[in-house]
Amino acid sequence: MSAAHWNNNETTDNMNTFKIAILAAFLLPVAVSAQDRFGTRNGHIAFFSETPMENIEGNNHKVSSVWDATSGALQFAVLIKAFEFEKALMQEHFNENYMESNTFPKAEFKGKMTGVTAEQLKKPGTYDVLVEGDLTIHGVTKPVKTKGTLTVEANGTIKASSDFMVRPEDHGIKIPGMVRKNIAEQIAVRVRMDYTRM
Amino acid sequence: MTRYLLLPLAFALFNTTSAQDDDLLKLLGEEETGPEYTTAAFKSTRVINGHSLENTAHGVLDFRIGHRFGALNSGANEFWGLDQATIRLGLDYGVTDRLMIGIGRNSYQKTYDGFVKYKLLRQCDAGCTTPVTLAFVAATSINGIPQSTLWPYPEEDRPFYFSHRMAYSFQMILGRKFSESVSFQLNPGLVHINLVEKADQTNDIYHISGAGRVKLSKRVALNAEYFYVLPGQIPVPSEEEQAAGELPYRNSFSLGFDIETGGHVFQLHITNSLAMFERGYITETTEQWSDGGIHFGFNISRVFTLHNPKPKR
Repeated sequence: MSAAHWNNNETTDNMNTFKIAILAAFLLPVAVSAQDRFGTRNGHIAFFSETPMENIEGNNHKVSSVWDATSGALQFAVLIKAFEFEKALMQEHFNENYMESNTFPKAEFKGKMTGVTAEQLKKPGTYDVLVEGDLTIHGVTKPVKTKGTLTVEANGTIKASSDFMVRPEDHGIKIPGMVRKNIAEQIAVRVRMDYTRM
Repeated sequence: MTRYLLLPLAFALFNTTSAQDDDLLKLLGEEETGPEYTTAAFKSTRVINGHSLENTAHGVLDFRIGHRFGALNSGANEFWGLDQATIRLGLDYGVTDRLMIGIGRNSYQKTYDGFVKYKLLRQCDAGCTTPVTLAFVAATSINGIPQSTLWPYPEEDRPFYFSHRMAYSFQMILGRKFSESVSFQLNPGLVHINLVEKADQTNDIYHISGAGRVKLSKRVALNAEYFYVLPGQIPVPSEEEQAAGELPYRNSFSLGFDIETGGHVFQLHITNSLAMFERGYITETTEQWSDGGIHFGFNISRVFTLHNPKPKR
């Protein structure tokens, strides 16, 4: 009798646990999506090569990026062919001769953006942030560490910006002697992102 | 019991979150990219003499200088051809990315030429499935040599019309960039000559032609082109005529290198043709590779961006 009683109890216990598990399974995705994640597909990355011979500027307005404010994880995907230039031939040479965009179609960044608290994200303001991670260009990954600013807008969207330098040589991009004077040793990269909450 | 059930759940949860952290960008969903057309199947809008499947980009002006020296077999006194020069100066412009126009002036028979090239289909890398580029080139040329030389007849017997100076060329270019380094095109066509020299020559001359390139390095490519004129259209001179110095027609074959340096493309080549417009090199080539009737030559292309079609942001 008592054994049966225990058995009964255990069944009830199991049922309850099962219910909790089901409930949790439904609630958890909600909890995940309520995380502070920000993303965009229309970020703007520009680069500038300035030499006495000529100035070269490329603009990409189709940059994808997601920032998870909770973990700080930050990712970028930059389609190389989406860089636009003042001169059509510059664009062709950029893709064909330097970036080899058929072989390496994307530049990527995986890392962290830190320096803003969850509280700060809730109210408008401008904050200094630190961005650290791995930058892959032309198939070659290098660590980068740079400062940036993050602005929380009144409507809850955030703007992030950062400027840093990249050396083509660091990423295995060969520049022949003939055009060495036309391309800067250090390329200035300007990142301007408008994130919306996901 | 509860503990044991929740533990795997917690693990499962932990795993999903960390997987999402690995690829946050997946959260943005699939990327929508517009059609992406293949670029740089050839380094220039000409393979050597003939048109390639490439156009000058929208808003770009291409200033072209074509130069052919004399024939290698002309001997030491002519410094193996390097004493002589045949020149074409040309200006090409990209009206849109598909439509290109151009004009030129040739020292060969003092000819003016002009053309329109339109890309009907463009080979696609992504976003569409077109496997080839299909373009059409319509060209015309005006022979500029003095009337007295061109027309040795008295005006009252056989009147001279300006149209006698004109010839036309229509060409279809069907080509594909097969890999980063290999591109090939077929460019059959027709040359119509308003006034032909002999009664047994047809006014319409059909040819089947092709061209290809292999990239040797990022900035150097090897090109070849061949124009095969279908037989029976251009009469072979009789033995007496040949003895008098008239040479039989030969198909045009050229080999060359493209060398790219920033805004310039240098094309260095050897060819048995002297002219740089269709009527000339397709129907009037008389020299032969096999007996040294080859010309060293070069094309220089310099581009200027006159107008940037991309909207300023």
